[in-house]
Amino acid sequence: MGRLSLRVVALGYLTLILIGPLAMMVWRTAEDLDGAWAAITDPDTVAAFELTLKVAAIAVAVNTVFGIVCALVIVRGNIRGRGLLNAFIDLPLALSPVIVGFALIALYGVNGWFGWFQRNGFEILFATPGIVLATIFVTLPFVAREVVPTLREIGTEQEQAAQTLGASGWQTFWRITLPSIRWAVVYGVVLTTARAIGEFGAVALVSGNIAGQTQTATLRVEDAYQFAYGNYAPAYGISFVLAATAILILVLMIVLQPKGTRH
Amino acid sequence: MSISIRHITKRFDDFVALDDVSVDVAKGSLTALLGPSGSGKSTLLRIVAGLETADGGAVFIDEQDVTGRPPQKRGVGFVFQHYAAFKHMTVHDNVAFGLAIRKRPKAQIAERVNQLLRLVQLEGLAKRYPSQLSGGQRQRMGLARALAIDPAVLLLDEPFGALDARVRAELRDWLRRLHDETHTTTVIVTHDQEEAMEVADQVAVMSEGRIEQVGSPREVYEQPANEFVMTFVGQAHRLGDTFVRPHDLEVTLEPNGSTREVMIDRIVHFGFDVRLDLVDGDGERLSVQTTRDQAELLELGSGQIVYVRPTRATTFA
Repeated sequence: MGRLSLRVVALGYLTLILIGPLAMMVWRTAEDLDGAWAAITDPDTVAAFELTLKVAAIAVAVNTVFGIVCALVIVRGNIRGRGLLNAFIDLPLALSPVIVGFALIALYGVNGWFGWFQRNGFEILFATPGIVLATIFVTLPFVAREVVPTLREIGTEQEQAAQTLGASGWQTFWRITLPSIRWAVVYGVVLTTARAIGEFGAVALVSGNIAGQTQTATLRVEDAYQFAYGNYAPAYGISFVLAATAILILVLMIVLQPKGTRH
Repeated sequence: MSISIRHITKRFDDFVALDDVSVDVAKGSLTALLGPSGSGKSTLLRIVAGLETADGGAVFIDEQDVTGRPPQKRGVGFVFQHYAAFKHMTVHDNVAFGLAIRKRPKAQIAERVNQLLRLVQLEGLAKRYPSQLSGGQRQRMGLARALAIDPAVLLLDEPFGALDARVRAELRDWLRRLHDETHTTTVIVTHDQEEAMEVADQVAVMSEGRIEQVGSPREVYEQPANEFVMTFVGQAHRLGDTFVRPHDLEVTLEPNGSTREVMIDRIVHFGFDVRLDLVDGDGERLSVQTTRDQAELLELGSGQIVYVRPTRATTFA
């Protein structure tokens, strides 16, 4: 009895908070499929999706490499300040994305410390580099956060065994360490991808939001909503694609999760 | 190849793990580093392998100073207590690892791996993963992996410590036979004095970062250099200023000048061996190891008063 009512509470909560809004959105998309389709295939929308994917790809690549490096330093490094690094890496999770965007404007703006680029025609703000920087900032913790506990768990004995068998540091990393943490890396990559595709706040400040040029998919949803004038089909259509992508990523994560190797 | 350890010191913060340690391991011998936990034996082994760096002193392998060399360039085979199996690789790939790193031809690797798997009795399990092996099998794989690179010396760090008693005894026996076949200079770290006595030609007894005695198993047992060796290698009782082993106490029914009076508290039978747990007038406990026949001859029973006398005792200055 108690267990049953707990289940009802949990499911009811999930339905109300998570499923409800999404179901409504799917419903609205279905009401005007032609309008939604037209918005999705609009060249500016296609450009927005392309930009989002490009930015996500760069952010994932960069944060995978540096995420692994940071995790290695946090777990294996015997340098001072690794505790600080461990705490610091979570900063993007605590910080509002709007503040991240604003801070980037301060740094790369013409009067900022790195204003030289902006002043000399190497546009960072209101251009793709700014969007990439903002996305990298907000997605920084995910790979490292996944890899750190796995690295702790596997310990150093396998790496030491490889060394005694003649493997260099580089060979040990590629043949022993990386295969041992591969599922954590995959998991981190999936989370990073999802976050990168969905990022709005930080990107909104630094992108300039020029349709067809510096407008990402989430920004385009916001645009379609702001300037809907009673026709919400475009906003629903683009939202639907983004939501479907997120759910696909979620499913991918569940499928990839190997039996027994993850908690 | 011989190993020579010269004046090695190692500290971990305030803890002195090794204090001016020197040991020689003859070519082709099997030496045990024996000591309680925290005595520095594992640290010493890891320094020989290059997995740990000494604060002072030098290590020579085959007369060459290897002190500054990384583990990759020492040519040591190292076997870990918890196997350190490469979990994402098959048994075959685990054993082949050192040869693959050395870029040996595939056919040559396969041949060598098969030969080693036969040697450690794991033929037929080449395609398994470590998680599909028992502890004993994993450790034999660890040995085959270490032997694959034809190491100058084989170093084993409590290799059987994580296994249950029967498998441990089997592997111990098997290691000794393997050594007699291959004659690879071997150093085994253990806290189990029985294990050290059984497999080793030479035992180095360690305590608190120092070498207490180096000798054959018989020497350290029969001519212990000090009180620590006397009590750590085999059992010993202190009788006044002297030490005596449980089998060097003679039990008689009548007093005789130098004997002391004791009461039999308990008689424990181990088949042929019999242990008598005794208490003297001051409540001090000691035990005597005797045989079933002797106990029956004297018609011993618990609660009985008997007299003991050391037949052989050791005194340390």
